[in-house]
Amino acid sequence: MGVKMQGHHHLVAVSLNEQQLGIKRKYTSYIPRRNQSKYLALWIIAFGFVAMNVYKCIDAGHQERIEEGLVSMCDQRARMLQDRFRVSVNHVHALAVLVSTFHYYKNPSVIDQETFAEYTARTAFERPLLSGVAYAQRVMNSEREEFEKQHEGIIRTMAKEPSPHRDEYAPVIFAQETVSYLHLLDMMSGEEDRENILRARATGKAVLTSPFKLLGSNHLGVVLTFPVYKSKLPPKVSVRERIEATAGYLGGAFDVESLVENLLGQLAENQEIVVKVYDVTNPSNPLITYGRQTQEGDLSHTRVSMLDFGDPYRKHQMTCRYLRKAPISWTAFTTASLGYVIVLLAGYMFYTGAIHIVQVEDDFDTMQQLKVRAEAADVAKSQFLATVSHEIRTPMNGILGMLALLLDTELSSTQRDYAQTAQACGRALITLINEVLDRAKIEAGKLELESVPFDLRSILDDVLSLFSEKSRHKGIELAVLVSDKVPRIVMGDPGRFRQVITNLVGNSVKFTEHGHIFVQVHHAEHSEADAKSETFMNGISEGRAISRFRTLSGREAADDRNSWDTFKHLVGEDEYPFRAATAEKVDLLVSVEDTGIGIPIHAQELVFMPFMQADSSTSRHYGGTGIGLSISKCLVELMGGRISFVSRPKIGSTFFFTVAFNRSEKSTVSDLKKSLYEDLPNAFTGLKVTVVDSKPVRAAVTRYHLQRLGMVVKIVNSIQMAISMRFMLVLLFSLPSTLVELQQDRQPDLLLVEKDTWLSNEDTGNIRLSDHRPIGHTSNSPKMILLATNITSPEFDKAKATGFSDTVIMKPLRASMVAACLQQVLETGNQAKQGRLMAKGSLYLRSVLSGKKILVVDDNRVNRRVAAGALKKFGATVECADSGKTALALLHLPHTFDACFMDIQMPEMDGFEVTRRVRMMESNANQEPMSETMTIEGSAFTRTGEWHLPILAMTADVIHATFDECRKSGMDGYVSKPFEEETLYQAVAKFFESNPPSDRSFKTTTSKNGEP
Amino acid sequence: MERNQMQMHRQIATIRKSLFDQGYLDEQFVQLEELQDNSNPNFVEEVVTLFYRDSARFLYNLDQALEKRPLDFSRLDSLMHQFKGSSSSIGAKKVKIECTHFRDYCNARNTEGCQDKLGPSRRHAGPDKSFGF
Repeated sequence: MGVKMQGHHHLVAVSLNEQQLGIKRKYTSYIPRRNQSKYLALWIIAFGFVAMNVYKCIDAGHQERIEEGLVSMCDQRARMLQDRFRVSVNHVHALAVLVSTFHYYKNPSVIDQETFAEYTARTAFERPLLSGVAYAQRVMNSEREEFEKQHEGIIRTMAKEPSPHRDEYAPVIFAQETVSYLHLLDMMSGEEDRENILRARATGKAVLTSPFKLLGSNHLGVVLTFPVYKSKLPPKVSVRERIEATAGYLGGAFDVESLVENLLGQLAENQEIVVKVYDVTNPSNPLITYGRQTQEGDLSHTRVSMLDFGDPYRKHQMTCRYLRKAPISWTAFTTASLGYVIVLLAGYMFYTGAIHIVQVEDDFDTMQQLKVRAEAADVAKSQFLATVSHEIRTPMNGILGMLALLLDTELSSTQRDYAQTAQACGRALITLINEVLDRAKIEAGKLELESVPFDLRSILDDVLSLFSEKSRHKGIELAVLVSDKVPRIVMGDPGRFRQVITNLVGNSVKFTEHGHIFVQVHHAEHSEADAKSETFMNGISEGRAISRFRTLSGREAADDRNSWDTFKHLVGEDEYPFRAATAEKVDLLVSVEDTGIGIPIHAQELVFMPFMQADSSTSRHYGGTGIGLSISKCLVELMGGRISFVSRPKIGSTFFFTVAFNRSEKSTVSDLKKSLYEDLPNAFTGLKVTVVDSKPVRAAVTRYHLQRLGMVVKIVNSIQMAISMRFMLVLLFSLPSTLVELQQDRQPDLLLVEKDTWLSNEDTGNIRLSDHRPIGHTSNSPKMILLATNITSPEFDKAKATGFSDTVIMKPLRASMVAACLQQVLETGNQAKQGRLMAKGSLYLRSVLSGKKILVVDDNRVNRRVAAGALKKFGATVECADSGKTALALLHLPHTFDACFMDIQMPEMDGFEVTRRVRMMESNANQEPMSETMTIEGSAFTRTGEWHLPILAMTADVIHATFDECRKSGMDGYVSKPFEEETLYQAVAKFFESNPPSDRSFKTTTSKNGEP
Repeated sequence: MERNQMQMHRQIATIRKSLFDQGYLDEQFVQLEELQDNSNPNFVEEVVTLFYRDSARFLYNLDQALEKRPLDFSRLDSLMHQFKGSSSSIGAKKVKIECTHFRDYCNARNTEGCQDKLGPSRRHAGPDKSFGF
């Protein structure tokens, strides 16, 4: 069945797994999950365009500045050229005026060739642009011969040949020296000159030819022509009259090329630009006046400036270009490219970032899936644990049942102790199995702590009893000591507290071969204040001198009681915020000291890690899983404390933990759970005991247990002392001041002797002891009892011979065990009392149940019979009902039942339903005013006047859910089927506890606690 | 006469032990025996007789329930619950275990399993009968 269930659970786990895997990622992703490289390319291209735009923007400004420079330079040149030209033209004009004045208006002429040449030569500086000036006279064909005679030459054409016959001529009569070759050349014979002459005389203004190659210099040039009139012309005159009045023409050749070159040479930055001058009279065919055709310069920037040389007919323009291409704007280039590089890098960063993020997210997803799987596996593990633990519980119940039966038989005290120990161990095993389940709960954070009142000391006794067999076997002293200042009852979670103690002590037992294990509980506040005084335990401070190490067994411990100082350092002062706090809290410091193998230094950090052991060989040697300490740590922290330890290899370890319990308001223990409280007999109250022990700590432990039984304890460290004290008493008897004390402390009733001390004093002590025995008051001479961890039979025989009683109190000491032994020795306990004390078992059950009337409801005949039989055995009157309905009829108020055991699973009406109905009836009845029902004797009528019948569920499966449902439907508890004495006892004890069978009206007062 | 009785007692003790050893009975039977005392001398006999009477009736009911098609699993389950309760009360361990298995099959709606299981549970019901009190 276990296997089957496991499989089922596995299925559950898998489906859970799939369900969780089905949940897609919940987070939103802000980055593209694929095609990152495409986005990168897009980014690069887009920002490429942006960078280009930026470059263009910046470059445009640059170009503009270049353009402006060009414009200003070009305009400057054009203006200068124009000005110079104008100046020269004006001079030629002046010459024309000169000629007309002195050649024509004066008669005879005062100008001849020589004068003209000299004058022009001397004023040539005024006309730097003109290569030379000449004056040509207008000669009509009719006048040719006369003219030729007068000038002693013939008119020649430009080609220097005698001029052919024409209508009119314009031979040069005066010429500057530089152009003397023009003498008598007919200006009209040149195409450009002729055109010029005609236009000049028609307009009366200076006119220019289109550029042509000048004679002489091979430069491009223009010819300037001025008309010279015979007489002053009136302002308004027709063209014809002008022509008629024309006397000649003054001309000059402008060497434009040298002019411009000269001009440009004067200017700075001449090298940078290319200047061209065009004659654009015919716009479709601009004629180049200056500049080489080939030299283009930078075509991207061109500036055209208009030139006005004073001839409205001719139009000129100047074209300027940069010689070299404008250098690239480095600012723009670097800005754009650097920006682009930065953006590229950013893009790459985003790209790698995105890839990384995607990868991380994918990894995260994978991790999450793995986590889900791991959690599912964890759930499966927990379920497996639950199943296995459940399966182990069944046979354990058998063992426990058998032990319970064994305890009912007649047993000697030793046998009884063994059997009880076995039973306690079995119970502890069950508890441990439950604790394994707790581990899962702790891991899930679902563990909740109880807060119930419990007796700390009996818990510790229980834990000790678990390990007593083992420690005895190993010869280890196992002892517990709880400080007097610790309150008897505290509020807390006894199970968890016990679990921690069990774990620590268990570890200590496991790892200790010699020496002792000592559990101490102190008040945390007092521990600090009284650190010194407590350790020496009132007048046993000489213990230090006696044994080298002031510990339980005399062996050195890692950290003896003084270790509070160390602990303080480990945990730090502020760990005790409650110190000044109210008395509501009880802060306890628990230490478990052993003299075992200790923990290797390197492993000390790992001690509280789950599944870690000091080293792998540890588990081979000592077994165990290593889970215990981690659980303990969790539990201690849950209980508001801290756990720590001090350990020295080869010497031992001491574990400390603090825990904060609430102070219980109740001083009594009447409503404690039976299992959490051990009823110690009070038959020994006031008994005087002398403990003989050479080791003070051990003696203190003994005293602690005896004091719990109410005895008055005195400690001496040797038998001699014990004896001498008796002498002292005799001596002091007469002194009145100590009279009262002496009367109280006259004679011990018991003498408890530690075996070690007895053996070490064997030679002397024995004899004296036996000597003195008869001397003492024989009637009430003290009983002598030996305390021992283990004892061999020869030793036992010897002890008996020396006068010790038959019973040896075996360690570890527990109050109840000591009481049992003392009872045996003193024979004060009667059978019944002992039964109650020892077994909590059938006898008690009998006393509780006898005379009670109990209803058993079960549809199964066999079950009914067995349950009835079991209850009858304990003296109860049993009535049976085979169905829920019958039960309901029987339970109709008023009835006389004291309790009801109810099967849950029944046809027609199940146990829950029956309970609900019963509770409804009861509450109805309770609402009614006090009526005659009060008078009914022996019913489930409480003292407070309320009906409440204790109903206990009988169920085969003791799972928590069922129990919860029981509670919900109003049941008071449950017992597992089949009936087992122990569980029956636990369930019943709550209701009938401390009520003598005769007192029948007081039985349900405690049921309101609701705990079974 | 007395010798016969002694022999019979011994025989009974042997049978009882072997039943424990083979796992037919468990500690619950011991508890049952514990309940028998002077005030209630025939307790065990009474209970066991009750058990057999119930068992006979139960097996008859079970047979009938198993002949129906389709099987009424909830009825089978409740029958088995009853039977399991009885057997665990008297400590018939093997019967109890078989009942548990049967109920598992019921829960799993396994028809064949149910039918296969019935054989053994009948068979195991046998040995207890040899118990003559």
